Amino acid sequence: MIAKFKSAYGSGVEPLTYAGQNYMVVDSSLIPEILHILRNEEQFDYCVDITAVHYPKREKQFEVVWVLYSFAHNQRIRVKTQIVDGETLPSSVPIWPGANWLEREVFDMFGIRFDGHPDMKRILLPDGWKGHPLRKDYGILQQDNEWVQINLGIESGQ
Amino acid sequence: MTDSNTSLSHLDLETHEKPFLDANELVINMGPQHPATHGVLRVILRLDGEKVLGLECVIGYLHRGVEKIGEHRTYTMFNPYVDRMDYVAAVSNGLGYCETVEKLLNVEAPPRAQYVRVILTELNRLASHQLWLGTHALDIGAITPLFYTFRDREEILKIFEKYCGARLTTHAFRIGGLQYETYNGFEREVKNFLDFFRPKIDEYEELLTTNRIWVERTKNVGTISAQDCIALGVTGPVLRASGVKWDLRKAQPYANYKNFDFDIPTGQRGDTYDRYLVRVAEMRQSVRIIEQAVGGIPEGPVMAKVPKVMKPPAGEVYHSIEAPKGELGYFIVSDGSTQPYRVRVRPPSFVNLQALDLMCRGQLVADVIAVIGTLDIVLGEVDR
Repeated sequence: MIAKFKSAYGSGVEPLTYAGQNYMVVDSSLIPEILHILRNEEQFDYCVDITAVHYPKREKQFEVVWVLYSFAHNQRIRVKTQIVDGETLPSSVPIWPGANWLEREVFDMFGIRFDGHPDMKRILLPDGWKGHPLRKDYGILQQDNEWVQINLGIESGQ
Repeated sequence: MTDSNTSLSHLDLETHEKPFLDANELVINMGPQHPATHGVLRVILRLDGEKVLGLECVIGYLHRGVEKIGEHRTYTMFNPYVDRMDYVAAVSNGLGYCETVEKLLNVEAPPRAQYVRVILTELNRLASHQLWLGTHALDIGAITPLFYTFRDREEILKIFEKYCGARLTTHAFRIGGLQYETYNGFEREVKNFLDFFRPKIDEYEELLTTNRIWVERTKNVGTISAQDCIALGVTGPVLRASGVKWDLRKAQPYANYKNFDFDIPTGQRGDTYDRYLVRVAEMRQSVRIIEQAVGGIPEGPVMAKVPKVMKPPAGEVYHSIEAPKGELGYFIVSDGSTQPYRVRVRPPSFVNLQALDLMCRGQLVADVIAVIGTLDIVLGEVDR
């Protein structure tokens, strides 16, 4: 399967294996197409997880990861792509409805937006919160002081 | 790119924008402090009389930033934190985390540790299902099962307490095996518990399985099809009750589950009653697994050779286990230092809770309580 992708997309898809687990690094422009093919042709019908990793020193700061599973083949694959800060990705809610909350969490924690998502808003943090805590430049004790003072009526939550 | 085989059967994603005021529509708020939401979950219900038109979950009240904390602790220091996510099945959380880091380190727990791990994890599955059964029945109006299940759960917690000193947030496992050797008489006590517990499952069933009120309140309530479960990523007993015979312990065996003989119970209708039957059947299977494991614990060390200061080579691993609620996954990125670069937890409750809207549509408002109960969510895990 991976070989097929490789021949069809060339350098846009790089298949890798680590610790016996397959994943592929995909150019962000190919993401909608690749995810669609994985779902509809390769039967990866279960979107296990969507998450991101922040690498502030890289030019393309964010790595977004899809963990997929196929019930038919009992197989897992991870799809990764790298994007710059502010770049958006197409939502996979039309492909896997379960991606809804997962994408919202990525937005909440990293500030990565997904185009075409039916309800792109924060999920774990309050709506008015400023900042995206899982970015590496967000300190572990940092909080949105203004929000805390207005909404909780206390100086600081720390 | 929507096509028919990926869209949900009766949840139309396009109808998000509705006219603001509809004369027949009533919006009411349930929670976040509500005895039947099993924690701090807020549900905004749209009702037409007693019928639920749709609902929205508001979560995050228990968000403690577990993933962020993970980036600022060493691999060993983060281990106790994972217990605090699904706090009624802390042992499962620990197993998933330890195995993921072991994969990164490329070590394997010794056989003796694997057996003890399976025994404790399955005991915890029993405890989790007991807590679920007691509270779920209580929500629907049956008080007695709560006392029965808590009475029996106590015996499991006693074993945990004797083994590691804690009852709930056990921190039972270490990366590379177990910190503690089992105590004297551990095997005997586990066996005694199994003998004590086996007839108790029949007792639970006597109370509920043919109880007319229970059947009326749960049959054809909160039905979800296998296709919708898969589309939404719902796993665990909910998926199995909809007829999908899928359990990670069989599909992608971890620990040493492949050594044990057990069945995967499934349902057909995917309603609340089937989910009840599946979980009760799972308790019986867990008893079977523990029975086999406790009789065959090999001698040997309980810890593999792991360095005092853990520095897994740079790389990333996704590993998941079958927690009592469904697929619990850990995605850990290592940069070669003593602290994980990124820890992602894929909690089963969080993903399963997404199905609440679909399962409640068209039901009565009283059934929302039943459906929240049957999903078996733990808000500590949803919010992390």
